[in-house]
Amino acid sequence: MDLFANLATGFGIALSPFTLMLAVFGCFIGTIIGALPGLGPSNGVAILIPLTFSMGLDATSALVLMTAVYYGAMYGGRISSILLNIPGDEPALMTTLDGYPMAKAGRAGDALVISGVASFTGAFLSTIGLMLLAPMLAQVAFKFGPAEYFALYLLAFATLGGIASNNQAKAAIASCIGLGIAMIGVDNNSGLPRLSFGNMHLFDGIDFLVAIVGLFAIAEVFFFIESHGKNTSIGVKLDKVTVPWKEIWSTKMTQLRGSVIGFIAGILPGAGASLGSFLAYMTEKSVAGEEGKFGTGVARGVAAPEAGNNAAAGGALVPMLTLGVPGSGTTAVLLALLMTLNITPGPTLFTERPEVVWGLIASLLIANFVLLLMNVPMVKIFVKILSVPPWILLPGVTMVSFVGIYSLSGSYFDLLLMVGFGVLGWILRKLDVPTVPIILGILLGGHMEDSLRRAMVLSDGDWTYLFSSGIAITLWVVAVLGFVAPMFLRNVLKKPQRITD
Amino acid sequence: MVSDRIFGAVVTLVSLAYVASATQIQTSFLADPVGPRTFPILVGSIAAFCGILVALRPDEDPEWPALQTLGALAIAVAVLVGYAYALKPLGFLLPTAITAAILSYQISPRIGPAAIAGVGLSVGLFAIFKFALGLGLVALPAVMHG
Repeated sequence: MDLFANLATGFGIALSPFTLMLAVFGCFIGTIIGALPGLGPSNGVAILIPLTFSMGLDATSALVLMTAVYYGAMYGGRISSILLNIPGDEPALMTTLDGYPMAKAGRAGDALVISGVASFTGAFLSTIGLMLLAPMLAQVAFKFGPAEYFALYLLAFATLGGIASNNQAKAAIASCIGLGIAMIGVDNNSGLPRLSFGNMHLFDGIDFLVAIVGLFAIAEVFFFIESHGKNTSIGVKLDKVTVPWKEIWSTKMTQLRGSVIGFIAGILPGAGASLGSFLAYMTEKSVAGEEGKFGTGVARGVAAPEAGNNAAAGGALVPMLTLGVPGSGTTAVLLALLMTLNITPGPTLFTERPEVVWGLIASLLIANFVLLLMNVPMVKIFVKILSVPPWILLPGVTMVSFVGIYSLSGSYFDLLLMVGFGVLGWILRKLDVPTVPIILGILLGGHMEDSLRRAMVLSDGDWTYLFSSGIAITLWVVAVLGFVAPMFLRNVLKKPQRITD
Repeated sequence: MVSDRIFGAVVTLVSLAYVASATQIQTSFLADPVGPRTFPILVGSIAAFCGILVALRPDEDPEWPALQTLGALAIAVAVLVGYAYALKPLGFLLPTAITAAILSYQISPRIGPAAIAGVGLSVGLFAIFKFALGLGLVALPAVMHG
């Protein structure tokens, strides 16, 4: 069996003391980041990338560290959702629906344990799924030519814009902003600078890390200044934590269904964890019917979105590793990490750098167990962290962002750009324009244009070549459907709004 | 309504300017069938079209903050810009303490805790970055290093 041989290689790397230490450390930091209100997986991972890069870790170690942070943040997000009714990021929103009522009813400990176990189930099953599916998809990906890649990139923008936003036109604008920014700098084919408006600093283009940290982290600081930290509700006290074995066992089917749904949602390029937790919750709600009492604080309502959300986190790694197309905001940030480390995701990654892929998968499996331990018996430690007030946290986040970006290039211009992106991110989010497509555009813009141009070189300028294969046509159809269908489904699939007390 | 109309108009104008500058991109003699202009023009055109759509079919206005809060945000931006310029010549400790304190004060307007947060973050982060992560930060203004 190839799989076992590969896994053995992976564990060989992951079990080395240094890598193991990185994984545990990453899990710890990740859970803290997830638990802190105002920091989610995407901005948390974003501000750490420049620092990881500056620490000079090798590719595998850096990847293990950051994916451990990523998984950890997915686990940690539920803590602030349940105790404070503040979702750390969008996928965690669904957990507040039943988690917070449950905490208010004095069962905060139970809610944390059940959601922790559900997170483990989701993350564990999806890591297994990733292990089985990714090599297969990598085989298919070898058949992809430039025309197919172009259609695939389009699909990612279409589904992301279609599903994750309320207004298609605004999502498309966001994608175009990202793609437009990606064009700035020296053109790969001709070697001539373009769209740099004569500014020397723009000749190299705009570093995607600058944009990511600006849009995600700095914009968040502006939101806190706007609200004067008023969003920090007092929250619920956590008394003692016991394990409600019976209740956990009663949610086993919920966890399984949530994991499968979340994994599939995660694989879809552009859909990601928000969709995973949303679909998992809605499915369970309709399976349970009126008697399920969803929304009043029931165990299944906590287990479903957490299983879905964490499974989606693993599922999103499948298209990211095999095709280089991220499935969510956070995986977009992880793609940025890979690109910083000079690893090109895609089918060749599996054949040329198996140690990276399998080391990563093995680390994820280990990280899961570590996270289960941290998030169930040790959950009280992380609950303490919630009491860090925003007037210390947010300036801290800003300073870390500045130092991270500054340590990359040492240029004040990048810092100014970052502040600019922060302002842009604040305005756009005010106007309900999603910012994740911008990141995706900056990351994928170069590749997208390259694949279009290579396709046209192959076909000698014949545009019908873009639709010349079965795979390409399928991708185009799914892209159009993914963009258009949500317009009609919006009334049917109404997102539950956050509960207020 | 008004916000989206303005936003749509701005997007359209910027996109058209982008398309216009994309038509000026130099092509080399080794041009491929698509060339370096097509894709930027395509992206700009789509953005311009969507900008018009947003302007014609605006969403409801978001809740814009009061003038006072906008002022606070403007100060925050100004402080961050100043920080960006100050970080290199003045070293890490001093600008960081001042910037962090001002930001902290803007989130929770109490002078004492804000000052403590500023100094604490400045020293604490410097210690972490310099000694735990080994980043090459400079602590003090360049003149004091001689």
